[in-house]
Amino acid sequence: MAMVLELLSSPFYQRALATAGFIGFANGFFSGFVILRRDALSVSALSHTMLPGIALGIFLTGALSQWNAFLGALFAALLVGLGSVAVSRGNRVSQGTSLAVLYTASFAAGIALLPKLDTRQELEHWLFGDIIAVGNADIWIAFAIGAVTLLVTNLLMRPILLTLFEPNVAAAQGVNVRFIQYLIFGLLVLSLVSSLQAVGCVLSVGLLVTPAATVSLLTDRTSALFWGGGLVGGIGSIAAVLLSGPLGISPGPAIVIVLGVLFVLAYLFSPKYGLIVGGRK
Amino acid sequence: MICWNSPFPMSKIHHDCCAHHGHHHELVISGLTVNYRQVLALEDVSLATSCGNRVALIGPNGAGKSTLLKAIAGLVPRTRGTILWRGTTVRKWSREFAYLPQREEVDWSFPITVRGLVEMGRYPQTGWWRKFSAVDKAAVDHALSALALDDLQHRQIRELSGGQQQRAFLARSIAQEAHVLLLDEPFTGLDRNASQLLGDLLNRLAQEGRLIIASHHDLNTVPFLFDEALVLATRPLAFGPVAEILSDDLITKTFHAAPPLPASV
Repeated sequence: MAMVLELLSSPFYQRALATAGFIGFANGFFSGFVILRRDALSVSALSHTMLPGIALGIFLTGALSQWNAFLGALFAALLVGLGSVAVSRGNRVSQGTSLAVLYTASFAAGIALLPKLDTRQELEHWLFGDIIAVGNADIWIAFAIGAVTLLVTNLLMRPILLTLFEPNVAAAQGVNVRFIQYLIFGLLVLSLVSSLQAVGCVLSVGLLVTPAATVSLLTDRTSALFWGGGLVGGIGSIAAVLLSGPLGISPGPAIVIVLGVLFVLAYLFSPKYGLIVGGRK
Repeated sequence: MICWNSPFPMSKIHHDCCAHHGHHHELVISGLTVNYRQVLALEDVSLATSCGNRVALIGPNGAGKSTLLKAIAGLVPRTRGTILWRGTTVRKWSREFAYLPQREEVDWSFPITVRGLVEMGRYPQTGWWRKFSAVDKAAVDHALSALALDDLQHRQIRELSGGQQQRAFLARSIAQEAHVLLLDEPFTGLDRNASQLLGDLLNRLAQEGRLIIASHHDLNTVPFLFDEALVLATRPLAFGPVAEILSDDLITKTFHAAPPLPASV
């Protein structure tokens, strides 16, 4: 306990906590849409494209910095994500298929690039994140992305829900379904990139799936997926950063572990749908 | 329909529209053609009908029944042709048209209650931000009770039976104050009782003044469920009252020598 209190007085640590809480909330909120889209696996594919993107950013600029890493990850994920949406619009290839093709190809390109980079060791930092080392630039990027995501999704909540539920019915009600689908995909990629610093490429999926998945075991209310997901993501992330010091594990993995534990607890003990407690119909 | 915008309470609005206004609202489709990329999906479809009718779209698989429904609803781009509703050209979509998808196309595990589903029908009226007013709430209440879903309104949609799911979407279109209901294979997969109930409901909704257009694959039940029929095989082969359309040789021609199959419902 003394150790935690001592850590709490450190400005680094305070910054890490604030960032974890905010990214956890924003990504937890957005995880509601990921759950409703039922494409957690494609989010996982997208997260893997961020690594070759970072590699490309380093390769092109010759240095590793916050900005070229973020921009590289953003570029690669947007290219692959929106590319897969565009390819699948022809109905010839499903989006899952086109995404698998594009993300493995870009991942392979990233692996091919790795030996040519001088900063290979530092890449580990981007693979798994390091929230204690979070800098001012990271915080601003994360805050800006989180604010945009929360604002846009709340303003367009109705057309987004209509589209996610049934695109044809939404279009018949005058929703520009194509715009909404690209928008959701764009925001998804932004959210992934915003969590790079906290949990890294690979684990960023955890923040964008687990919170709302946990809430979905506890309630049937659609809106609760978003706000509940935000609370679970935010509080879970802060708790994980606090616990990571005393437990001697890195904060990034700690965040995803804590969220995973919360999910399992909900799965077992949810009053409505829990395996042990719940009264399943 | 003029009455939809009237200040009367909801319960008074839903009288027999046609009797109410003394005239019929016409839907006139002329020269409608749809291409999916290079493939001609629908060619030169023309028909004129009016509210109060139940129109069946019949024809073999791939004849363009779903495409026609989607083209009217504005879900697929029209290559040529016009759609005139109540004398006004429908450019892309109309708030007075409701599209009801095939049941298997809907994600029934989506976490939403029956009431939530019906409330979605109000979004064109409320816009993207406005809160639900007393009028919106009344419209939803009315739609739920019109389709006998009051007791089920707090259920998750995945907990509904096939017939109830169909009714939930109908309630949504009533809440939307839709005047033209476009249903894709509404009777598919329903058991005999549910089919009968749905048939009665569609009859009532038509008598209240709505225009019902539905794709349908069971020729035997067409006379009991519909007033008019359009026989499609990419091009329209015949359109008119059901009794005239269901002459044997036309059906034989359309379905390629297959006589009416035994009832599958």
